[in-house]
Parts: sequence; C-alpha cells; structure tokens
Amino acid sequence: MDVTRRELLTDAGKALLLLLASAESASPADEGYDATKHWWGMTIDIEKCIGCGACARACEQENDVPEGFFRTWIERYEVDPLNPEHPTVTSPNGGKDGWPPAPDSNLKSFFVPKLCNHCTDSPCVQVCPVGATFDSPDGVVLVDDDYCLGCRYCIQACPYGCRFIHPKKQTVGKCTLCYHRITQGLTTACCEACPTSARTLADFKNPKDPVHQFLHENKVQVLKPQMATRSKVYYRALDGAVR
Amino acid sequence: MMAIHPGVEGFMYPNEIELQWSILIVLYPYVTGLVAGAFILASLERVFNVSAVKPTYRLALLTALAFLLVAPLPLQLHLGHPERSLEMYLTPHRSSAMAMFGFVYLWYLLVVLLVEIWLDYRAEIVERAQSSRGLLRWIYKALTLGSTNISPASRRIDDRVGYIVTIIGIPSAFLLHGYVGFIFGSVKANAWWSTPLMPIVFLFSAMVSGIAAVMMLYMLVSWLQKRAIEMMCLDTIAKYLFYVFLVDFSLEMLDLIHRIYEADESFRTLDFMVQSRLYLSHVVVQILLGTCLPLLLLAATQVFSLGAAVRRRLYVASGLLTLIGIFAMRWNVVIGGQLFSKSYLGYTTYKLEFATREGLLPSVLLMLLPLAILWVLIKLLPPFEEQHAA
Amino acid sequence: MSRWKEAAHLIRPALVFLALSVVFLLVRRAVVPASFGQFGHYRGAVLEEVRKLPIRFAGQQACADCHPEVVTARAKGHHRGVACETCHGPLNKHAQDPSALKPEKPVVTVLCRSCHEKDSAKPAFLKQVVTAEHAGDAACQSCHNAHTPKL
Repeated sequence: MDVTRRELLTDAGKALLLLLASAESASPADEGYDATKHWWGMTIDIEKCIGCGACARACEQENDVPEGFFRTWIERYEVDPLNPEHPTVTSPNGGKDGWPPAPDSNLKSFFVPKLCNHCTDSPCVQVCPVGATFDSPDGVVLVDDDYCLGCRYCIQACPYGCRFIHPKKQTVGKCTLCYHRITQGLTTACCEACPTSARTLADFKNPKDPVHQFLHENKVQVLKPQMATRSKVYYRALDGAVR
Repeated sequence: MMAIHPGVEGFMYPNEIELQWSILIVLYPYVTGLVAGAFILASLERVFNVSAVKPTYRLALLTALAFLLVAPLPLQLHLGHPERSLEMYLTPHRSSAMAMFGFVYLWYLLVVLLVEIWLDYRAEIVERAQSSRGLLRWIYKALTLGSTNISPASRRIDDRVGYIVTIIGIPSAFLLHGYVGFIFGSVKANAWWSTPLMPIVFLFSAMVSGIAAVMMLYMLVSWLQKRAIEMMCLDTIAKYLFYVFLVDFSLEMLDLIHRIYEADESFRTLDFMVQSRLYLSHVVVQILLGTCLPLLLLAATQVFSLGAAVRRRLYVASGLLTLIGIFAMRWNVVIGGQLFSKSYLGYTTYKLEFATREGLLPSVLLMLLPLAILWVLIKLLPPFEEQHAA
Repeated sequence: MSRWKEAAHLIRPALVFLALSVVFLLVRRAVVPASFGQFGHYRGAVLEEVRKLPIRFAGQQACADCHPEVVTARAKGHHRGVACETCHGPLNKHAQDPSALKPEKPVVTVLCRSCHEKDSAKPAFLKQVVTAEHAGDAACQSCHNAHTPKL
C-alpha cells in the first residue's frame, strides 16, 4: 500500500492532536466526584468477624492481588489471659481459605481483619523518595504504579505490614480502599463481601455516615496507637493482645 | 507454628515473610562508609596537619573515589525499576531521607571529592598531558579542563582552595554517611533500627572501616609496587584506627546496654533474635572477631614495643578482621532488622542465593569492582611521591 | 602576573558544574510529568487512572435491580445480610450484560464451611457446626436452601 506524503502528514497531524488532547489534565472534581467532600476510612467490629475469609478473597478478585501477597488479611488470635503478651496468632494464606476446624478451646480467641490503615500521618508517604506513594485529597493512601521505583523504603516504614512488592510489576502494591469503587458510590470489595457487616466503609466528611454514631457509642481503638500515624481504621472491641 | 512457610518461626504478618532489602542493601552502607572513612583519613593530614600520614593522602582520596563510583550500583541492581531512578533527582520528596541523600552523594562526589582530587593532581595532569601519547594523552588533556597554567602561584592557589574544599569536605563526609544511618534510624516502625544513635554509630564504624581499608591498601599497593612502607605513617594510621574503634565500640555498647536496661516492648523479640538467628553474625563475627580481637591486637601494638615486621603482621590481621567486622555490623543492621516480625511474635530467615540479581555473586563482584577502578586510578594518577618530577 | 590570572583555571570546574546544572534543569523540564505537583508531591493524573480501574463486584444494589424476587425471598431468612456476591462471586460482567456471563453455582462444601465450621474464635451469634459430625458426607444443600437456610 502506497502512502502519499499528504496522507502521512494528515495522519501525523491527527496523531499529534490526539496526543495533545490526551495530555494529562486531571481534577478531583471530574465526572461529579469531588474529592474535597470526602475523607475515607473504615470501621471494623471484632465481635462480628467470623473469620470466613470472604473479604480477603473478594479483595483478591477485585484487585488482581498476586498469590502469596495480601492487600487485606485476617489474623486469628488465641490469648491466654495470664500471658497476653504472647498470643498465638495464625493467618494461613492470609485467612483466604479460612482455618482448619478448632472446636475446643478455653482460651480467649477472635479474628482480626487487617488492611492498610490509610493513616493521615502515614510514615510510608513520608519516606517515599520520589512521590510515588501519596495521600489523595480524600484521605486514601495510593501508589502510582507508573512512578514507583521499587526501592521498598515504604514497605520498611509501614508499621502494619500492609505493603508488598508486586512480583510481576516490581512496584509496591497495597490496599487502595478500592478507590476505583468508592469514588463511584460503591463500597469496597471487602465490605461488600463481608457477610456480617463486620467491616464498613466510612466517610468522615459525610454527616450522615454511620461512622459518627459508631465512634460515639463504642469503645474504639486503632492498631499501634503509639506510632501516632493517625490511622483511619477504627476497631471496636480490639483486645489489648492484638499486635 | 506456621508450617506453610519454611524458615518462619512464630507469627509474621503475611507480607513481611520475605525480606525486602537484601545483601545489596548491606553493601551500600558498607561502601559509602569506606568512602567517608577514607576521606576523613585524608583530611587528617590536610586539615589537622598530621604530617605522618601524608604518604597515604592521595591513596585515600583515590580509594574514596573508587568506592564512591561503585556505591550507587548495588542500589540500581536492587531497584524494581532502575530506569526510573532519575526520578529521585527530578522530583525528590523532601521529607524522604533517601531522596535527600541523592543530593548529598552528588554534592560530595562533584564538589568535594572530584574537585579536591583535581586540584591536588592538576600539576601532574598537565605534565602528563604534554608528555604522554595516544589515548592517554587525550584522557589527560580532558582532565586538564583546558587549563595548562601550573605556575607556582597557581599551585599555591590550588593548595589554598583545596584546603578549603577539605574543610567543607569533612562535614560533608559526616553527612554522607550520617545520612545513611538516618535512613535506617528514622524508621519508627522498626525497633532494631529506630534510634537517634544510628547515624553516629554508622559514622564511626564508617571511619573505622575507611581507615582500615586505606591502611590495608597502603600495605598492598606498596608491596605490589615494591616500595618501602613508611612505618611512621602506618603506625599513625593504626593509632587513629585504634582510637576511633574504641569510640565506635563504646557507642555500640551504649546502644546495647540501653536496650537491655530499658527492656521495652521489642526487647525480648530482639534479644531472642540476637541469641538465635543473629548469633553467629552479631556475637561471634561482629563483636568478638570483628571488634574485640582487632582492638586487642591494635592495643598490643600501642602498649608493647614490637618490631616493624611484627607490627605489620598485626596491622594486616587487625585490618582484615576490622573490615569483616564492620561488614558484619552492616549485615546485622540491615538483615537483622528484617528477621523479626513487626508484631514481635515471630521470625523469618534470609535466603541468600548465589547467582541471582540480588545474590552473593553480584555482591562479590561489586566489592571487587572498586579495587579494579582503584587500580586504573592509581595507574592514571599515581599516588606516591617518587613517581613525579620534583 | 595578576592574582586573577593565576586563579583563572578555577573557572573551568565551575563552568562544568554550570553546564551540568543547565542540562539537569532541561532534562527536568522535559521528563517530569505535566501533572506532577498538581495536588501534592505526586503525579496528579494518577488519581484519574486509579479511578478507572475495572470493577469486578457489582454490589448488592445491582443484583437487587434485576432479581428483586430473590431479595424478597431472602428478606426473612438468616442470610438476608449476606451480599449476593459473597457466595456467587464477582458478577459485574453479568450485571453489565447478563447473557455475556452466566454465574456459576458456588462450590457449596468449601463455601459453607468457611463461615459455619466450628471455631472457638468465631462469635457465639453465628450458627456453627463441626461438619464431620453434623452431616457426615452429605452436601449442605441436600438439606439447606442457601437463600433461606433455616430448616
């Protein structure tokens, strides 16, 4: 097929125009979503978690989480009241397949789902050398896959162990609070799948959000409060033995 | 017990079972430490007028340069996307010690080390640009940066400016390696790393390793070039090594005693880790063989009058042990800090492979590379007096 | 000779640094993405990119829109609080185009156990059984209807 010079020039011109048009122009107020009107977090009720693993499975399916790595996981605790500093904790495959039957125990035992806490003062964002991980304007800690170097400093800095290196992409993966869902009015995959509503998405800037009543009426705690990261994942009935 | 993951004892958060930072990240503080230490030794003569060590002045600078050039390589090999590493300079995140370190490195390389070497060697470079032939001639011509003025007045100015550069260089060298210590010491999530002492301990162990390296290289290069070793110089270097090592040892003991005494939440976990997984590398290699033994050997040379040959052998032995010991220290910080769970409920193991990207083989090659570069530098810019025209 | 002439060679490394700085600034202008710094120290365009990631779970509301009869049937049962996709898996493709993807029946044995297998760590409000003793080899659905599980 012979291409005339005219055709070549018009094609090049079109390509150039397309390139310029698709040049980056994002605003948080795109398509009706105004990031400044939201401040995201989550509440987790330990007494409702049944350790079924549905949340971890749903997260894996929603977000293509690679095998052996976890954006969210569940830990099973067994606490001897006389030795609370040394609980027995297990998390086989992150709890995705549940646990083997454990009918008898006179120890205090419970499940603790964990995920990125989307800290307001996140130490992971603080240490990123290039700005590949950051706090979005609506309070979600995200990773820019096209900018991350894979230096792993943020993984070291996270006190909660919620980050990992994606084995194929060689960039950092972590819970995004299903940003692609919550910005469209859906809830996170883990909250959607939870059969007992132990996990609930929270929008602190929404005056009608049940989180306000939840925080007001319940004794709540965050993980590792001594780290002063201002975590936005609040646990109800979190035992002192939880690490 | 987690039977699913071999090598895991107790409980680890699922994402932290595999270590993030490998032996390559052990190499990096080791290499930058040698740089800082070698430079401090060079500055002893230049700024503090310890004339006894003058014979090693140029060798120390070249050693610093050879290692500094290699320093970014383990990092590049480790990155998931080394092709994006320029981002650290283009969009540095000012709150990140790692990002800011990139500029400290650049400052030190360009403004301190290269300038000081150029000023000190300028006369010889110009002479060789005129006297050599072929490719070497072009190299020297390029190094002159186009100026051929080597009159005594210009050389006095070089000397003066070089002096100022060294003065700036000393805090720069402190910053170079102190920053690396801060990269670890500022991570509050990691109980093994997080301490304000970390930059200081890193700095002093850097000085120890750098001084030991120059001492060993001085003996090696002299032996290879069949020139006599000036014992006054060697003895003085060994003396400084001894004193700096005492300070370094005291600082590390202070950290240890402080941890044992305060016995905070992380203590039992760390204590157990040191006594099990880290016993060989920490207690045996770093403390006993890598610190106590060389200190004893060096003390012997300070306290007793020994013959020159005996002293040389003791210096070789203590130098070698020191270099191994400081490497073990880096290993124990980097790898040790990742062997225990942040839940303080478990431990994992580090699997060091051989011929993979982050394995033992590339690490060994990366440690040999600076020696190769140094060899080239010594040929290009001979460090010892007799080889130049007076 | 004047002092300045003797020091003139010092200009040369200075010029090298100047040249390097200029090159650096030019590279910076060319390479740093346009949206960088828009909302903070990151590439502003990434927010949009993350928002456009594919959705796999349609959400309870989407199921209810087409299958209100199932919602009504489940409304009085113990599983009324359990989202459809918890058991049926991600079905956004089906919700977008029902004929494109027909949902598969969940693997009952594994699924039911994940919630209802007895575990001392599970809260008391949840009905739990030791499945080996409860029904032997029998499949859960041979007695229980998952939508209205109580017998």
